[in-house]
Amino acid sequence: MTIRDFVRSAALCIVGVTLAAGGRAVVRLDAQAKPATPSKSAPQPPATFGIGRPATPAEIAAWDIDVGPDGAGLPPGRGTAAEGAPIFASHCASCHGKTGKEGPNDVLVGRLPGDGFPFAQDARTPKTIGSYWPYATTVFDYIRRAMPPDTPGSLKDGDVYSLVAYLLVLNELVPADTVIDAASLPKVKMPAHDRFVPDERGAPKPRKGR
Amino acid sequence: MKVSRRDLLAGAAGVVALGTTSAMQAPTPDTTKVRGKPSRALGQRAATEKIQRQARGVNSSGTPHQDLYGTITPSDLHFERHHGGVPEIDPRSYSLLIHGMVEHPMVFSLADLKRFPAVSRVHFLECSGNFGGRTANVELTPQQLAGLTSTSEWTGVPLATLFREVGASPKATWFLAEGQDAAVMTRSIPVAKAYDDAMIAYGQNGEAIRPEQGYPARLLLPGWEGNSNVKWLRRIELSDRPFMTREETSKYTDPMADGTARIFSFLMDARSLITYPAYPVTLTRGWVEINGIAWTGSGKIERVDVSTDGGATWTAARLQEPVLPKAHTRFRHLWKWAGGEAVIMSRAVDETGYSQPTKDALIAQRGISSVGYHTNPITGWLIRSDGTVVYRAEPWS
Repeated sequence: MTIRDFVRSAALCIVGVTLAAGGRAVVRLDAQAKPATPSKSAPQPPATFGIGRPATPAEIAAWDIDVGPDGAGLPPGRGTAAEGAPIFASHCASCHGKTGKEGPNDVLVGRLPGDGFPFAQDARTPKTIGSYWPYATTVFDYIRRAMPPDTPGSLKDGDVYSLVAYLLVLNELVPADTVIDAASLPKVKMPAHDRFVPDERGAPKPRKGR
Repeated sequence: MKVSRRDLLAGAAGVVALGTTSAMQAPTPDTTKVRGKPSRALGQRAATEKIQRQARGVNSSGTPHQDLYGTITPSDLHFERHHGGVPEIDPRSYSLLIHGMVEHPMVFSLADLKRFPAVSRVHFLECSGNFGGRTANVELTPQQLAGLTSTSEWTGVPLATLFREVGASPKATWFLAEGQDAAVMTRSIPVAKAYDDAMIAYGQNGEAIRPEQGYPARLLLPGWEGNSNVKWLRRIELSDRPFMTREETSKYTDPMADGTARIFSFLMDARSLITYPAYPVTLTRGWVEINGIAWTGSGKIERVDVSTDGGATWTAARLQEPVLPKAHTRFRHLWKWAGGEAVIMSRAVDETGYSQPTKDALIAQRGISSVGYHTNPITGWLIRSDGTVVYRAEPWS
């Protein structure tokens, strides 16, 4: 070791001591800890977690109240416009008007000349069952689940069929004496049925290279 | 000492002036000279902050964007929209039923849902009817113009996890989501969304979801119209066809100029909103940081252009990082207002290349009256010479 080397190593030593004395040296408390298991060897999600319990048929039946456009889910029962008129007067007319046209809430009744579809151009034309609704089954489903607003779900299935019959007759969609039930309701032709088209915007994809 | 009449009058005036001054400037206590309030169980806003949602009837209220700074909406200011009121649901009796085209129809309690591996994601929600700009009223706040959108961090279980748990049939293409509110709200949703990014959310900004947002659990479909994100979710039924509910047929459909109507128009397209300066602010001359929020249901915001000359020229604003997909992104643009009238506007562009349309482009595609849902035109604020800022109302004709 030359004198120059000695001086250099002594200087380095002093620097190290100074750093330590200055509290700058980091003491790693976890230095002795075991390294973590690589995450790729962590447990993989199982096919199922075994959480939750089987639903009973009774539970499903109690909540499964939806009616499909093919009539699936329509309950037993029947109704006519004659039976529906007084129910409408007592339960619906205060919001929808005496003949379903007067409001103040949604206008339910009305056809357009030639069953036109001017809604994109004229905001004042109400979207009624006869002018806009594509499926008659939806009328049953909605009244049964959500109407009237203050006592939703309170109408019996027969009453709902009668109200649907009354509204279809007022909209001149079926003859006045038509019996509405699970068989006849899905067959009612709705003027706006063919107006509805899929959303062309589709599922957007990010541009390439991003 | 002889006191003249003049002295008396001057003295009286001085007292009056002093009194007026002290009444106008409430004495500000020196907070360094009194001990502050003790800790408390629940934090509150500063007493001077009067921030509020603005109700629109009884069925909705909007987020006051003009009073917010970042990208996360405080939970109690998240917009509301409901169709049968806000139900009060006991979390102990809550259950979610999944049935239909599944191997094992199952019921999950709230505790069950929380046992599954969870995810937290920041996403915006927006009512598809979020446009209050078709008006001649220039005294319109950002809240009134576009308050029906908010962003939260949502925590929950991916719907795909639950679909695997019940053994969803590969032949199922749609599912019905049904709420436990008085409207028993129903929407049909493509199953593909469940395997993309849908979740059952029970957390909002780190705590339980607020009642107005679907407590105790809701469906979250990032980037899709608010109505389809069914709140107070109680039932999911898998099927091979949509259910054609009232909301998705007679309500949330979009008449088009060609005599058709778009159905299942879930996607919320890109939009931006300048939140400052905006009505009712009054500007002072000098540097102004124009800023606002931009969002898109298609992914990330790529760019927000700002114009300070009514749309003649545009400059790309700075985007506040991190830019998250399907979440509000704040943009900022530095501008020196020298006085004089100016119209400031913003235009969002998303990562698919979609550019927020002008009002006229929207009308050409959708028809003059089809602005009930999915109405996202570029809008502007008019800065008058005196510094007052108002909505730049445009005729819809």
